Amino acid sequence: MNKINQIEGKAVPVEGNDIDTDRIIPARYLKEITFTNMGKYPFYDERFDAQGKPKGHPFDLPQFAGSNILLVNQNFGCGSSREHAPQSLMRWGIKAVIGESFAEIFAGNCTMLGIPTATVSQAEMARLQALAKEKPQTKFLLDLDKKVLFSEGKEHLKFDIHESKRNALVNGTWDSTSLLLANAPKTSAVAGKLPYVSGF
Amino acid sequence: MAKGTLYNKVWDSHAVEKLPTGQTQLFIGLHLIHEVTSPQAFDMIAEKGLKVAFPDRTFATVDHIVPTKSQARPFEDAEAEQMMGAIESNVKKFGVPFFDFKSGNQGIVHIIGPEMGLTQPGMTIACGDSHTSTHGAFGTLAFGIGTTQVRDVLATQCLAMDELKVRRINVNGKLNPGVYAKDVTLYIIQKLGVKGGIGYAYEYGGTAFDAMTMEERMTVCNMAIEGGARVGYVNPDQTTFDYLKGRKYAPGADKWNKAVTYWKSMASEKDAEFDDVVNFNAADIEPVVTWGITPDQSVGVNAKLPSVNSFSADEVKTVELAYKHMDLKPGQAIKGTPIDVAFIGSCTNGRISDLREAAKVAKGRKVSKSVRAFVVPGSQQVKAQAEKEGLDKIFSEAGFEWRAAGCSMCLAMNPDKLKGHEISASSSNRNFIGRQGSKEGRTMLMSPAMVVAAAVAGTVSDVRDLMKTS
Ligand code: SF4
Repeated sequence: MNKINQIEGKAVPVEGNDIDTDRIIPARYLKEITFTNMGKYPFYDERFDAQGKPKGHPFDLPQFAGSNILLVNQNFGCGSSREHAPQSLMRWGIKAVIGESFAEIFAGNCTMLGIPTATVSQAEMARLQALAKEKPQTKFLLDLDKKVLFSEGKEHLKFDIHESKRNALVNGTWDSTSLLLANAPKTSAVAGKLPYVSGF
Repeated sequence: MAKGTLYNKVWDSHAVEKLPTGQTQLFIGLHLIHEVTSPQAFDMIAEKGLKVAFPDRTFATVDHIVPTKSQARPFEDAEAEQMMGAIESNVKKFGVPFFDFKSGNQGIVHIIGPEMGLTQPGMTIACGDSHTSTHGAFGTLAFGIGTTQVRDVLATQCLAMDELKVRRINVNGKLNPGVYAKDVTLYIIQKLGVKGGIGYAYEYGGTAFDAMTMEERMTVCNMAIEGGARVGYVNPDQTTFDYLKGRKYAPGADKWNKAVTYWKSMASEKDAEFDDVVNFNAADIEPVVTWGITPDQSVGVNAKLPSVNSFSADEVKTVELAYKHMDLKPGQAIKGTPIDVAFIGSCTNGRISDLREAAKVAKGRKVSKSVRAFVVPGSQQVKAQAEKEGLDKIFSEAGFEWRAAGCSMCLAMNPDKLKGHEISASSSNRNFIGRQGSKEGRTMLMSPAMVVAAAVAGTVSDVRDLMKTS
């Protein structure tokens, strides 16, 4: 499994608190039985009008094309457990999300896809989003070992990230199946001791 | 950290190993799956050549995409039919029990688990749906998970989890007539906010909870997730045991006493320690209606909508967006707001007691001409029971359409949708922009009885006024 220590690239701001998973990916796209096309749909209803014409959402502005770091505000990803939300962001090109806070299921889903969810204060986010808007070509580097975000090679700010999530990413254990499988005998032992599993 | 709580006991008894990431590997006692978040997970384990580790602890049904008017196959919607085909072939291939239309037990995954007696105190439960918290009503830790985690549970019956803090939420006293569990849960979310529960498990208790039926407790736990809490639960008691007795998958008579002893032992200790405690009075709670785009943007039915500057600086942007989207104004009364659609159903309020309460209000009344109204039972069993009691007739006579079981307009992945700018009175759990199938569509959440009151008047109304005259 890949170790994820650093993510480098341009940043795209998507402003607003409480952006829920229905806004990230409308439910009608959940009818597809694979994630293959999800990259076409993030923020769909906020990006396109009824005729399918772009409305000027940051994901469609030329200056943000090719960005791989998403800058958001509070409680991003609240609502549903649908993994289609981080899948759609990832398949659009997002490799890391920096925000003021995240809904827990969303952040967990991101980690399982190898996407760090880093948090910074409100003031720092305001500064970051302003910088990304004013100078969209700015190169950022998210360093998970140092927990520092660099801009143009200089230390920009320190961020927080849930320690177990950071560990999983930097040690390459974020795809948890193999980790869990390795303890299969112990799993059976724990199951065997549960009265409801053994039928009381 | 909390000590001696049900949360701690269930966690400790299911912990397999501390993982190198710092997370805990947790055994999952019951895995519920449905058609939307499972096909990719089955593909992932097939790709790795893995099997379902504990097929007898995994149960499947269909709810999200199923049409509620005609469930004849093939479905009209080709994508829905394909999704249905995927779960049918996966459960066969991997040997997972499947409650399909023919079983008589199909329904919303969070309704059928308890109904079948699968959900039992002291369990860990996972399902690829955020409202899995519903099962916490039985004193379980029930986690909503993403598809990659569904893959993990299929392949290993385990999840890698971080430990939560525990907040005890007491509601003491008696609820006023016309005030329901839905109002309690909306009230708690209004007070603690949609972010208030992040990092917490919610333990609900106090005399108001002691007095609640299991179905009412499920309504409250269902929406724990809307308050940001990953799980919510109520300690198991006699009400819990009475509910479970005799259900299909509940322990039989020979095992019953042993099971009850075990269940009792899993409840929080009298001297349990919590990370936080919050107290509310039942008497302060009025019928609640949401006016915005997050479940904490709500008011008592007789209140005026709050001014923008009564919110903290953090919230102002969301509040402004909410007013714009909902086409409502600060200072106006929520009562009297015209509605276009009335929806009764969902895993929050699609159980038999919800339909009974709604039918009491609907009886002998007529839905306003301007309103499209429908009732969607949460499961085939709920539907059959309601029909046995004649509730379907009461609803039909009042002008509600009577449908087949499914998620329906809670999330509109099926043909039930709002159109354009329509505004609904809904007994479901989310008022997010676009949630009910139209990006301009608007949702006001309330109790099923309040939905009927709104349907009859054509505008948001106080159900207690109708109760006085009936
Ligand atoms: S009724 Fe709504 S919330 Fe419940 S499982 Fe279905 S879609 Fe999810």
